[in-house]
Amino acid sequence: MKQEINEKPLLKGLAINDKKAVETIYRENYNMVQSLIINNNGSADDAKDIFQEAMIVLYEKVRSGTFELNCQIKTYLYSVSKRLWLKRLQQLNRYAPPIEDPESTVSVEEEIDDHEKRDAEFEMMNKAISSLGEPCKSLLEAYYLQKQNMQVIAASFGYTNADNAKNQKYKCLMRLKKIFFAHYKNENGHG
Amino acid sequence: MGDIKVLEAVERYIRGEMNPDERLHFENLRKTNAEIDQLVVEHTLFLQQMNRFGEWQKFRSTLHEVHTDLAEQGKINSARLTGKAKVVYLWKRYKRVAAIAASIAGITTLTISSLVWSITPQAPASEIEKLKGEFSSYKTKTNQIDKELNKVKNSINNSDSTIIYKTGGTGFIIDAKGYLVTNAHVVEGAHNIAIQNNKGEFTARVIYIDQLRDIAILKIEDENFKPFASVPYAISKTESKLAEPIFTLGFPRNDVVVYGQGYLSAKTGFNGDTLSCQLELAANRGNSGSPILNRKGEVIGILNGRLKNAEGFTYAIQGKHIYNVLDELKKDTSYLKVKIPARSAIAGLDFQQQVEKVEDYVFMVKVN
Repeated sequence: MKQEINEKPLLKGLAINDKKAVETIYRENYNMVQSLIINNNGSADDAKDIFQEAMIVLYEKVRSGTFELNCQIKTYLYSVSKRLWLKRLQQLNRYAPPIEDPESTVSVEEEIDDHEKRDAEFEMMNKAISSLGEPCKSLLEAYYLQKQNMQVIAASFGYTNADNAKNQKYKCLMRLKKIFFAHYKNENGHG
Repeated sequence: MGDIKVLEAVERYIRGEMNPDERLHFENLRKTNAEIDQLVVEHTLFLQQMNRFGEWQKFRSTLHEVHTDLAEQGKINSARLTGKAKVVYLWKRYKRVAAIAASIAGITTLTISSLVWSITPQAPASEIEKLKGEFSSYKTKTNQIDKELNKVKNSINNSDSTIIYKTGGTGFIIDAKGYLVTNAHVVEGAHNIAIQNNKGEFTARVIYIDQLRDIAILKIEDENFKPFASVPYAISKTESKLAEPIFTLGFPRNDVVVYGQGYLSAKTGFNGDTLSCQLELAANRGNSGSPILNRKGEVIGILNGRLKNAEGFTYAIQGKHIYNVLDELKKDTSYLKVKIPARSAIAGLDFQQQVEKVEDYVFMVKVN
């Protein structure tokens, strides 16, 4: 119980992408996951990939509202990493050894399914934005992701005024939304 | 044009940026106009997804950053398996692939390099100015500096262990273990080489030089040097796009690192030289060997010269040639372990943050 109380501020920090919190969680758990992966047929690069994916699952979990985990952060990350790694081994058709747990585990099946769905959505968005090419990609990223204002964008992209930049941005946006909604309707079955 | 205005209004409405009057007006409009209502619903969904996507991207780049930082500070068992364990592991895993790949690679390299050599036009040396800084030329400027210099020289003669570095350029790390890339012309005829940035000064040695591509690889050989945990940028293998925004860090002055930005202005270099590309970027003596990075945090080239008497015509050797030179280097089996970072850890960051991350990996190269 004591542990969980101590961990709440960390989880809150994680939810707002606070670097200190991320760093603390990273530092305290990375080695554990790395030994799990390396002892089970993986490399250090695999360990990095899997651990970071597990961190994203945790990030999504705490952002979904409550900062409550029903277990310690350590247990959670271990469980998710293990599940993700076994899945990865299966996909690669590599031998998945039975893993003996030095840590206790919790069930994370549902969260991983959610995560995979979201991940696929983000990858789709990523691809869609890249497929627009320049200057659309940088323009939309500057406005919608980095939230720069149109004057600044016009200046840094060399448009003579903000209206020209707006026009260009609008055309880009329409292309992106078209791709996005085509995909969205397919996935979600809205006619 | 009307559509743009409508969308702008919708965005301001969703973000809650409208004043109460405007808001009321817009809400009425929304009630009476189904099309606008539909647009609001749709765009809200889209913006939500964009926001979440942005946050996801940011979080991922935080993770990369944190990993690099912690590994560098030794707070996590950094990156790689080391020594024997790794060799055994890789050997087991890639035995057959390696054998086949090696023979294919050998043949391909030979064919391609002979092809490339035969079609690469040679730039007349006199028309392109190599941007190697010549510190000693400053000496003639004024008598005062002359005197100062003599003073310095005297003091140096007294302590005979000091080396005066006469010329210099820039170099950057390509392997965290302490391998750098610079221009061949920077280290031409070098007796001693030192590299320096805010991390300190280290001695280095040329381990490979390719005059034609104008690339040299240096190895830091200094007991005070501690290997980096990992390199934040990647080296691009692909051709860059026209107008791609780029930036560089280099040492045109003798003391501090200097930032420059511009864009790719032509895919070939002087006189259609296919080894290099042309940049719209101000460069000065000492910039030779500077990395040219794009928005994704990939090194797309090595700055190596500019057109004489014309500002803004700067040339860079394309990044893929670093790979070619490295393949040559690896024929000496003691360098088989040299590895170029293929994935950038700073892709999602803006220029400013990228510069901060890259700075430590760019060095002034001092030569005598």
